[in-house]
Amino acid sequence: MRLDVRFPIGGMFSLIGAILTVYGIVSDPAIYEKSLGINVNLWWGLVLLAFGLVMLGFAVRAHRRGPAAS
Amino acid sequence: MLGIGWALRRRIRSSEDFFLSGRSIPAWIAGLAFISANLGAQEVIGMAASGAKYGIMTSHFYWVGAMPAMVFVGLFMMPFYYGSRARSVPEYLKLRFDEKTRGLNAITFAIMTIFSSGISMYALAKLFELVLGWSFHGSIVLSAVIVLIYIFLGGLTSAIYNEVLQFFLIVLGFLPLVLLGLKDVGGWSGLTAKLATVATNAGFEPGAWSHSWKYMDSPSHNPMGMEWFGLVMGLGFALSFGYWCTDFLVVQRAMAAGSMTAARRTPLIAAVPKMLMPVLVILPGMLAIGLHASRGGFLPIGSDGQPEYNLAIPMLLGHYLPTGLLGLGLTALMASFMSGMAGNVTAFNSVWTYDIYQTHIRPGQTDAHYLRVGHAATVFGICASVVAAYSATRFNNILDMLQLVFSFVNGPLFATFLLGMFWRRTTSHGAFYGLLTGTITAALHYGLTLPQGSVPGIKGGFLGAVLHVYPSEMALNFWTALFAWTGCFVATLLISLFTKRTKTDDELRGLVHSLTPRIQEGHMPWYKRPVTLGVGILVASTILNVIFW
Repeated sequence: MRLDVRFPIGGMFSLIGAILTVYGIVSDPAIYEKSLGINVNLWWGLVLLAFGLVMLGFAVRAHRRGPAAS
Repeated sequence: MLGIGWALRRRIRSSEDFFLSGRSIPAWIAGLAFISANLGAQEVIGMAASGAKYGIMTSHFYWVGAMPAMVFVGLFMMPFYYGSRARSVPEYLKLRFDEKTRGLNAITFAIMTIFSSGISMYALAKLFELVLGWSFHGSIVLSAVIVLIYIFLGGLTSAIYNEVLQFFLIVLGFLPLVLLGLKDVGGWSGLTAKLATVATNAGFEPGAWSHSWKYMDSPSHNPMGMEWFGLVMGLGFALSFGYWCTDFLVVQRAMAAGSMTAARRTPLIAAVPKMLMPVLVILPGMLAIGLHASRGGFLPIGSDGQPEYNLAIPMLLGHYLPTGLLGLGLTALMASFMSGMAGNVTAFNSVWTYDIYQTHIRPGQTDAHYLRVGHAATVFGICASVVAAYSATRFNNILDMLQLVFSFVNGPLFATFLLGMFWRRTTSHGAFYGLLTGTITAALHYGLTLPQGSVPGIKGGFLGAVLHVYPSEMALNFWTALFAWTGCFVATLLISLFTKRTKTDDELRGLVHSLTPRIQEGHMPWYKRPVTLGVGILVASTILNVIFW
């Protein structure tokens, strides 16, 4: 069986997103002076996590539909 | 963070075999692979450097250059590429013309890959220099070793797959940077106010950095030193069409598609995200130069007294991103350099081994022999890239250097393809000597002119007399490409008229426009036809040009 490219993309970004989000929560707020006081790790981590999960979602949907069709 | 990204990439690479030639994947992914093949260091670092050096005029590379060219590839060139069943661009030349034309193209292509790889190596070394604090020499050695290991570990076994992954890594890694930068300078209006300072400091009208067409009435009114005719013909026609229509690394992605319609649609789909890339790659450069002017010394000053435009993206990364996201940004950059280098060195290896060595030097050897030659070619390619990387240090904008290489290679080649695909009378001798003439024309033009403020040498003018001084490096590149294209076109045309045809109509079936059956797309709903998509893209890029006029 051939693996859909969206699986690894989704997996990778979900993981990176999750790590960034957690890091954003636990990290020292002082480091966000650079980024105009915005906790970019937290926010962008959530964006990446959402992107990764959407990709995984599409991949799973296509995967389920695939075998049924053939 | 860096380590995680890296480990993930390694793991994913070694566990696959699954992404085969785009047949089972959605069309949009094939399209992404098409633009990712050109989203290397040149795109990220070079376009940002140009955004800083030339302002929003850099967008012409997209909305005047790439868009029409990608539509042209999809609608007009792809039927012959795909229909001829050639696996590469040199192979098409062999089918259409002869072995010697293919050989000449293989040689110029091999040289081009070395320069491209050297430019990526230079950018990677600059990044190491900045992040690790090593000397430039040490950083070059480190980059060379890393790429060598990467290739010998089988780095490119699933190139298309990696490219898609990388595309997202770059987009998602740089978007927060752009958003933060824009917020910091006060949005687009804040940015234009800062760019007005940049422009007046350089002696131009305040809008010279933020208007793409307004100041193109004369070369002396804009930072690129171009007027509209030279830009449209040199960049829009010769360079862009040359690059998108003949660059083997890019065209190959579409050749691997599952059907003719899919192959034609690939560049058209790719054009949609490509149209939006300036936000990610040009805007950061404009932000960097704006900050440079208003806060003083944001970019380091190079040995030529100019700001080091190449460092726009790395400096912004360090300035805005905290630990964590910084790792993601750096991983995105390194991934891009690494694959840019590895892709080019691997292409050099295969062109040298199959198109030059096996065909012209020692045919009929064992596979093991060619494999050894291939390994040697890889090592040689990396050493040559080191030399190219050192020559890149002379350019404060790597896009200037890259376009110079393209003007030599792709400019004349596009004339050969245009005549070869649309005029069946074009002969093999015409193509070969025409291509040679085009390349020599480029060398003559480059050797007799010079960009302002440079000394004769690697930047041109090495033939003794300097007949013309261009206001910028980029202006010289555009004119070199236009001269090379014209030289090749005229020579091919004349020689073809005076030599006998070498291929009969029958042999040219599927290779030349008038001898290829029309593609029937009448059964498809209008919105699915490639033509509809193409027209839509052209309309959208016209609108973008008007917005930023």
